[in-house]
Amino acid sequence: MDALMQFIFSGLTVGAVYALVALGFTIIYNASDVVNFAQGEFVMLGGMITVFTFEAGLPLPLAALIAIFVTSAVGVALNKLAIEPARGAPVVSLIIITIGASIFIRGAAQIVFDKQLHRLPSFSGDEPIHMLGATILPQSLWVIGGALLVFVGLYLFFTRTLTGKAVLATANNRLAAQLVGINTGFMMTLSFALSAAIGALAGVLVTPITLVGYDIGVALALKGFAAAMLGGMGNPKGALAGGLLLGLFEALTAGYISSQYKEAVAFIVILAVLFVMPQGIFGEKKTERV
Amino acid sequence: MSILEVKGLGISFGGLRAVNDVSFAVKPGEIVSVIGPNGAGKTTLFNMISGVYMPGVGQVFLEGQDITARAPYLLARQGLTRTFQNLQIFQEMTVLENVIAGFHLTERGPIWADLLSWPSARKRAGEVRNGAYELLTRVRLEKAAEEEAGNLSYGALKRLEIARALAMSPKVLLLDEPAAGCNAVETEEIDALIAELAASGIAILLVEHDMKMVMRISNHIVVLDHGEKIAEGTPTEVSRNPDVIAAYLGSEEETAHADG
Repeated sequence: MDALMQFIFSGLTVGAVYALVALGFTIIYNASDVVNFAQGEFVMLGGMITVFTFEAGLPLPLAALIAIFVTSAVGVALNKLAIEPARGAPVVSLIIITIGASIFIRGAAQIVFDKQLHRLPSFSGDEPIHMLGATILPQSLWVIGGALLVFVGLYLFFTRTLTGKAVLATANNRLAAQLVGINTGFMMTLSFALSAAIGALAGVLVTPITLVGYDIGVALALKGFAAAMLGGMGNPKGALAGGLLLGLFEALTAGYISSQYKEAVAFIVILAVLFVMPQGIFGEKKTERV
Repeated sequence: MSILEVKGLGISFGGLRAVNDVSFAVKPGEIVSVIGPNGAGKTTLFNMISGVYMPGVGQVFLEGQDITARAPYLLARQGLTRTFQNLQIFQEMTVLENVIAGFHLTERGPIWADLLSWPSARKRAGEVRNGAYELLTRVRLEKAAEEEAGNLSYGALKRLEIARALAMSPKVLLLDEPAAGCNAVETEEIDALIAELAASGIAILLVEHDMKMVMRISNHIVVLDHGEKIAEGTPTEVSRNPDVIAAYLGSEEETAHADG
């Protein structure tokens, strides 16, 4: 029982990170139908920039803010330099562009930073908290809390604010959105900035636990993608649920079967979702009208 | 004083002149129709006026201001909007939400009020909802308000697109085949609606294949053939113009050839 609780805690922690990555996928997918495989690099950049500015002597909160801000700028640049010039290209081409961008960002990070693994101090100490017969690190609570906060913020943004609804309208029908006076180009830029900022935040929160290196983005993008698919691509609720579930699956697999199979879980989830319910848990069945 | 003025507009696609040197003007409250055989360049002309295509040559003026090649979202903010022949509807929203989207420009308020759902934000949302309902009633879609737009019939979607355009209180409204695919009753309804809109002072530019409708409601008709303006005038003038008759029925020689 205690072991189970322990697995659940560690699953929720990793799951919260996957959820944040999946939320990043969701925003860009909603605005443009593009699955942005550079999403994992945003997490990496968030962690790396924080580490380097922190080691340069800046206080941690300021370092984190700078990291989030710079990563958003990278997100905007990705949209302006790589996605926007290819507007009108099929979605598959755009997705391949994002894969190229992710390789580029990884390579640049290797040169600008280094190839070492880095860590940050935990935000509020390393004293484990005893809870429900198991222990949890304070940093895990930061990660889970961060994911929940971002989710609630996004939910309110998309359902209540005009700008949020304008992003959804852009996703639904770009031309119609323009007809009602929405600057669809700006909405795309905003989506990339927002999505990059969320990725960077995930990087900041998780670095004290998992360490950060220039190449952590690939695995995160894959798992965030699996989470988004599981929850239903394009649905923020699905991203959150999918992320947490995937984290739990991984932790339980590692705990009860073997930690060697842990990495396979995301792949099994992707396959299972595609075979059994391609629309995911919260996704709606889509029918194209001709 | 005309509100919309088109001067020498033209565009080529890969060397093919789709539209060449077309000029005309529309006054507030006037219904101007653009007619012509298939492929005459009517929709291309619309696309240039509404900022979807960038014209190769020529200018478009809205209230005396040069708006040539301005992006559609900017034109919408300045009071020029349009509907599409092949419909541009937010399929996954409800009918009411589609019209609410049209109010997007006037609905703007402080973002914090929206996020926290303050009374002012809710009041604003309520007003917009009522306004959207009114417009739906005007196009007789109030009963379908809560339905998902994608489920509506073609004719109903045409009217929904008009309602959404009206939400922006446009000064100039471009209607691309509003009656296409509609049955006789629906056509008559759209007919009446357009006349009503014009009476309220909106300048209407219309592309339509239903000649009876065009002749009945237009104040002024512009005839295109092979991208060129071949005639313009009142419905009576245009219907008697030999060039127009030739364009629609084929020229004398061709007819003779067909007879022989």
